[in-house]
Amino acid sequence: MKHLKPVNQKAHRIADVVAKQQGPPGGQPHFPLGCALVFSPGWEADSTGGTAGLCQPVERDLFDCHTGCFWPAQVPDQLNHAADWTSKCAAAQKDWRNIDLVFP
Amino acid sequence: MIHRFNASGRNFVYHSDTAAIFELDEALTDAEIGAELASPESPGRQLPPAGFPLTTLVLNVTNQCNLSCTYCYEYGEDKIVDTENGAQPKFMSEQTARESVDFLLAEAGNNEMVHLTFFGGETLLNFPILKSTIAYGRRRAAETGKHIDFSLTTNATLLRPEIVAWLIDNQVGVTISIDGPREMQDQFRVFKNGTGSYDIVAPKIRDLLRQHTARPIGARVTLTSQTLDVKRIFRHLTEDIGFAEVGFAPVTTASIREYAISDGGFDKMLAQFQELAWEFCETVIAGRHHGFSNVKDTLEEIHKGVSKAYPCGAGLGLMGVSTSGDVALCHRFAGSDDHKLGSVTAGVDRLVQISLLEKHHIDNKTDCTQCWARPMCSGGCYHEAHTRYGDTGHANLHYCEWIRAWTDTCLQIYGELSVRRPDFLNNRISAPQMEAVS
Repeated sequence: MKHLKPVNQKAHRIADVVAKQQGPPGGQPHFPLGCALVFSPGWEADSTGGTAGLCQPVERDLFDCHTGCFWPAQVPDQLNHAADWTSKCAAAQKDWRNIDLVFP
Repeated sequence: MIHRFNASGRNFVYHSDTAAIFELDEALTDAEIGAELASPESPGRQLPPAGFPLTTLVLNVTNQCNLSCTYCYEYGEDKIVDTENGAQPKFMSEQTARESVDFLLAEAGNNEMVHLTFFGGETLLNFPILKSTIAYGRRRAAETGKHIDFSLTTNATLLRPEIVAWLIDNQVGVTISIDGPREMQDQFRVFKNGTGSYDIVAPKIRDLLRQHTARPIGARVTLTSQTLDVKRIFRHLTEDIGFAEVGFAPVTTASIREYAISDGGFDKMLAQFQELAWEFCETVIAGRHHGFSNVKDTLEEIHKGVSKAYPCGAGLGLMGVSTSGDVALCHRFAGSDDHKLGSVTAGVDRLVQISLLEKHHIDNKTDCTQCWARPMCSGGCYHEAHTRYGDTGHANLHYCEWIRAWTDTCLQIYGELSVRRPDFLNNRISAPQMEAVS
């Protein structure tokens, strides 16, 4: 634990457990893996039948495929081969064109 | 769930899932705190293991009393058991008291230390039984290789020199029910003819306190809407009478009674509790003793990181015995057929016990799921809930705000002491203490 200092007896016991559980720092994904953890509202259409009025931009869908592995086969493998595939795409709605093809 | 608090200029968090307290060295979000803790998934609802050892047995040696305190949960308008015309004998027999001792020693399992507490009615009305039971208890404990410890709660009206001498000789822990200075004591704690009891008890208590010094004698105050001057009561009982410890509890009653504490009353009580609690903190930091036991008891739980599935040990490590030998959830239910767990001769009915443990588990109290103070409160007293809502499994929703504010205050004091007097927390608070039965 980096920023938490145990104070009561229970906290000391937890700190011991956490210290044992944690491996070396770094190299851990910042996003929960596995589809079951991701709630996606869906991107089909807004009330007018278009995509302009959705609560999140339709381009955001790329990230559902990419990091949440909603459609894992259709996008590059962000864990092994293309970790920086979306690095030039800070805001999907405006930067989605920066996402390029990946050649293994 | 995370509850944040500040103390001594530092930031702390109380982690409700584990009851752990951490100091933060920079501003973290709840999610970041969760990530650092990497909390394992909750194991889900677990009942205590079968045959959970008994630690404390409370014997209602009589259900009769020489006082007629109007608010009394045993005799007043909210009573559960008919002690006047009901089936329960008015006094416990020597035979039942001995069987209770045997029951305690048998149910204690591997526990080496057991506690026997005498309660009433007015406990000292059945003084002969106390004498013979303590003698028998010591002998049986020695035979079974256990240590036994005795305590009692009394209204102090019947204390006389030979009883005081006997209490001292037998190292009996004593809790005195008293409500404060004369006008507060005499408001509710009256004899059957309406005369107040203050002038009778005050000199007797002073005598007892002067002589019985081996174990701290606690005062146990019942607060009502009409006697809500916490600080004045505390000053009187510690400085004028000489008690080392004073604990307060609001009267257990249906909300419609005149003496029931209203929401406004709870606010007033809280403000005074907070003031006394900070006084406790400063006194302790200065290296002196302060006798406000409510804060001390709470600090002890905070220090250990107690996370309760049940609000108290009733029906688990603690049980109450009625004058007939029926075993109940606790002394407040002793003699009630609806809350009977068994008897001292037939033992505990495990199926009834398990169904009560199932029913009372914190996970069944949906009202409590979103509360950060849950690990300490766990829904509150069964008897209070029964009196208010007619259901022992109901969360005591009428004092949620009060409990959260009080717990927050105690957390702040804990944080303050952890910075300024960690030795007090490690040495003084960690020592096991006997809970006063009231």
